[in-house]
Amino acid sequence: METHIEIRNLNAYYGDNQALKEINLEIPRQQVTVIMGPSGCGKTTLLMSLNRFLELGDSTRLSGQVLIDGEDIYALDVDVTEMRKKTGLLAQRPYPLPMSIYDNVAYGLRIHDLCKKGHEMDAKVKHFLEEAGLWNEVKDRLHKPAVGLSIGQQQRLCLARGLAVRPEIILGDEPTSALDPISAQHIEKRLLDLKKEYTIVLVTHILRQAKRLADYVVFMYLGEVVECGLAHEVFEHPRQERTRAYLEGQF
Amino acid sequence: MKTRRIAKRHVEEGIFKVLMIGSFALISASLGFILLTVIVRGLPALNLAMLTQTPKGGYYLGKEGGILNAIIGSLYLAGGGTLLALLFSLPLALFLKVYTTHSLWSDTVRLALDVLWGIPSIVFGAFGFTIMLALNMRASLLAGIIVLALLELPIMTRAMDEVIRMTPFDLEQASLALGATRLETAIHVVLRQMLPGIVTAILLAFGRGIGDAASVLFTAGYTDRIPTSLMRPAASLPLAIFFQLSTPFPEVQRRAYAAALVLTLIVLTISLGSRWISGRLSKYVVK
Repeated sequence: METHIEIRNLNAYYGDNQALKEINLEIPRQQVTVIMGPSGCGKTTLLMSLNRFLELGDSTRLSGQVLIDGEDIYALDVDVTEMRKKTGLLAQRPYPLPMSIYDNVAYGLRIHDLCKKGHEMDAKVKHFLEEAGLWNEVKDRLHKPAVGLSIGQQQRLCLARGLAVRPEIILGDEPTSALDPISAQHIEKRLLDLKKEYTIVLVTHILRQAKRLADYVVFMYLGEVVECGLAHEVFEHPRQERTRAYLEGQF
Repeated sequence: MKTRRIAKRHVEEGIFKVLMIGSFALISASLGFILLTVIVRGLPALNLAMLTQTPKGGYYLGKEGGILNAIIGSLYLAGGGTLLALLFSLPLALFLKVYTTHSLWSDTVRLALDVLWGIPSIVFGAFGFTIMLALNMRASLLAGIIVLALLELPIMTRAMDEVIRMTPFDLEQASLALGATRLETAIHVVLRQMLPGIVTAILLAFGRGIGDAASVLFTAGYTDRIPTSLMRPAASLPLAIFFQLSTPFPEVQRRAYAAALVLTLIVLTISLGSRWISGRLSKYVVK
């Protein structure tokens, strides 16, 4: 498997508290990588370091490198806003922008000037809504407020919105935990389809979801990577004692 | 034992309920009394002539005329002042949000605005007057607009700032994750989300501006004519009320209450209108 993201000696601190300890990882291209572990182990911190969201907090410090396609995203000459185009985020609680459904998807297209107004934009909005599996449900009300959608539909809208800026990587921070089972299933199906084109990194605390979706697994505990590898290897033959304990539901 | 404890807590609750209802009643009564006075004394003197005519010859002695000069003057003054203040307020409030959150600079600006908010309007009026003297300007609509803008600026900015700071961070995060700059996020996302609150801030400032007498006393002056030029004096409702109450004629004093009623109705209309606009605009707001 080819490496898309390489993490070298990454350390992260919230004030005095060390959230990530010497993380070294390689995340494969166009596969679903699941980061799992108990609450507080640093999974979301690790995820947020991949699109430089950690630095938005007040007292966070980072050291180390994160290389996407061989280039360190934390290098001094990197333009953060351009860099964030490469990674799309699917957050835990879907947050549509305060606009119509159409404008939500078109937002990214407009700010990055990705296409012309009119027919071209209409076609692109339709395409991304189809990719997110939402088109049929909203095609008659594209200009209605996005907040009128159900929460499952809103999450799919966030997916369409994120895909519109043509990222290479999709980051999911427990993207189905706020959804009902049917919507959750819908999102999971979409993610499995999307891995043909995108590298997907998901954080989840639901073991069953990890087993359904993962090609590659990273198990974290207290800020360290305990074990990582191919999904069927980690789930069936875990090498570490702590991994085995977690898989058996001991914590 | 248990039931005694519970009973005590219910009594505490009961006492607080009484206090709350009591304060509410007191405030409503005071407000009601003020409104009632204005309506009871003002309504009889309010007629079409009051609203459509300017003061003729002996208006202040009890003869005919109306307060159209003051109505239009006030609308021009407060309208112009609010627009001018908005021109500077909105960018300032957005700037405070986008580029600074807790830096020394932003804290200083906020402190300065808070202090300015508390300065009595007569000081603004005196300041304006001093500048006018230095520039050899006479009392004019323009001077009044500028001073009202200065008066309204801290109120508008601070109120907007407080509202804008309450933008849910996850919403900004959603925009930033798409590769938007902080400025793009502020204009396309934050502004739209907080629009109802921003409209309220503007309304608050407008209400302060239209009701103020001290700041326009020396700067806008007074006139019996409807203002037609920026460089001529303009009348205002608060000053009309003041002048009419100062006369010894009861008919004229009643007209002062009518003017107060008109002022109240203007603020009420603008208030309801803004709420309607803000309601229409908030259909996109994310809860």
